[in-house]
Amino acid sequence: MTGDWRRLHPLSPVVRGGRGLIAVVVILIPSLLRGGDTGTRYALLAVAVFMFAMGFIRWLVTRWRIDDDDLRIEAGFIGRRSLRFPLAQVQAIDIVRPGLARLLGVAELRLRMGGSSGGSARLAYLRESEVEPLRTEMLRLAHGAPEAGPDEVPAWIAEHLVSRVSTWRLIVSILITESGVLAEGVLVVLVVVGVIEPGAAAGLFSGGAAWAVGAGTQIWRRFNQEYNLTVAEGPDGLHVRGGLVALTAETIRPGRVQALRLVEPAIWRLLGWCRLEVDLAGKQKSEGEGRAQRGQLRALLPVGNRATAEELIDRLMPDRPRELVPPPRRARWKSPLRYSLLAYGRTDTCVATRSGRLRRVTVWVPLEKAQSLRLVQGPLQRRLNVASVHVDVAGKALHAIARDRDATEAQRELDTLAELARAARNVA
Amino acid sequence: MSDDWRGISRSYLRLREVEVTVLAIAAVIVLAILVHGLWRVLAIAAVLVAGVVAGFVVQRRFNAWGYAERADDLLVKRGVLFSRLSVVPYGRMQFIDVTASPFERIFGIATVRMHTAAAASDARIPGLVKAEAERLRDRLAELGESQAAGI
Repeated sequence: MTGDWRRLHPLSPVVRGGRGLIAVVVILIPSLLRGGDTGTRYALLAVAVFMFAMGFIRWLVTRWRIDDDDLRIEAGFIGRRSLRFPLAQVQAIDIVRPGLARLLGVAELRLRMGGSSGGSARLAYLRESEVEPLRTEMLRLAHGAPEAGPDEVPAWIAEHLVSRVSTWRLIVSILITESGVLAEGVLVVLVVVGVIEPGAAAGLFSGGAAWAVGAGTQIWRRFNQEYNLTVAEGPDGLHVRGGLVALTAETIRPGRVQALRLVEPAIWRLLGWCRLEVDLAGKQKSEGEGRAQRGQLRALLPVGNRATAEELIDRLMPDRPRELVPPPRRARWKSPLRYSLLAYGRTDTCVATRSGRLRRVTVWVPLEKAQSLRLVQGPLQRRLNVASVHVDVAGKALHAIARDRDATEAQRELDTLAELARAARNVA
Repeated sequence: MSDDWRGISRSYLRLREVEVTVLAIAAVIVLAILVHGLWRVLAIAAVLVAGVVAGFVVQRRFNAWGYAERADDLLVKRGVLFSRLSVVPYGRMQFIDVTASPFERIFGIATVRMHTAAAASDARIPGLVKAEAERLRDRLAELGESQAAGI
């Protein structure tokens, strides 16, 4: 299909300007109402007009089209850029809808490319109603499938639900994590002090305010991102959707996952809850990213029970080790707090390690994604004749560490893993 | 597996020894000016002992460095107290750089550093004679190209 050049949605500059625009308006209105100093007023007005004009010009000079198998974007006013993204290299197409965009009925289409082409492969913003068909069309072109017949079911319908996070459980889970409990403790102390000694509380409050805002934002961000997070299985991978204010929809192909992490904080374990996060290959630049997209580690299951997590892990890492073996008992002297949780296991294509002091953290890494391997032995470990094996994956978010294995075993594992990783790479 | 381990150049050891010596001499001079009486003797003795210990440590650490080129990956080992052995597959190397500080240049050595996509891989080999550093760089680049794998 060869389309004509098309423009983005006319409201795009408004959404892009987003917060800046709102800030200007908020500053502008009172000064306009008060009719105060004309100088500042004109200056602010000029800024607003300038911002609007820039946004408008930017919208005017940006156009896109689907040309055979490429998505082409032309942009730039002074420095003209012509971008061409081959659809065959598309890993996934995500739909992102920030709060403001939802209000205005527009959405962003973001292409995740195989390489690190960054965040430039995005169409921000398009009308909400045309995003879903366009995505289907692009995916069809990407997979080189024939023209879809009218009665064919689009890929995004042929899926079935794997997990959905219930709101009350998400709220409870955030309240009982370690940081949540800490925040509540501080809050209680503040209130108690405020009741007993209102004078002293004022100082405490002003000191605690910055911290409270920080903690509040963090909790809000998490809630906003993970609200109603749904995972469904489709033919091309797992479809993840969710969000409270900003909605995101993305597809995770099994081949994109470079690590999985299952976290079970101490308090959650009493309830049998856990959290599953994925580390995805093909990192995007943070510039121009929606907040929900920042960071490499993404929650797949913000909170859920073990069985759901296992089901998700099974889908992303079918050939994972079922049994993890603890290190020798003498490792207890080196890691007294961790020892009861330490374990390691592998199959021919995947390693799994478990560790943690209060929280139980299990990491799975497919060997084809291993970047390098390391064998590390500290002085205490040498005395105990144990050593740790690290399996590094791209980025710095995660890596799997098999701690305190028997030294001979560790050396043997290092050699075997190097061999298996090579085999896994060659197959991939 | 026949690992053909190579050590690094003795010039690296000499550079480190010079560094320790210069530091020790500087410390002795400063102490001789600032401290008086019996303390001066004790302080200088302490610095000298520390210098000898440091020289010993430098020697041990020098001996611990080693690298081996295997068919599919490069092995780098280092460290005495914390000993590390890194396995970096050629196919995973994104780029290789060779650096030499002014002091390293005086001693005719350079550091070769391999970068993978993982932030933690930290594979570097210091103290290579210039010719060997260049040979290694070219060889790794060549192997990296022929065995390159995606992320």
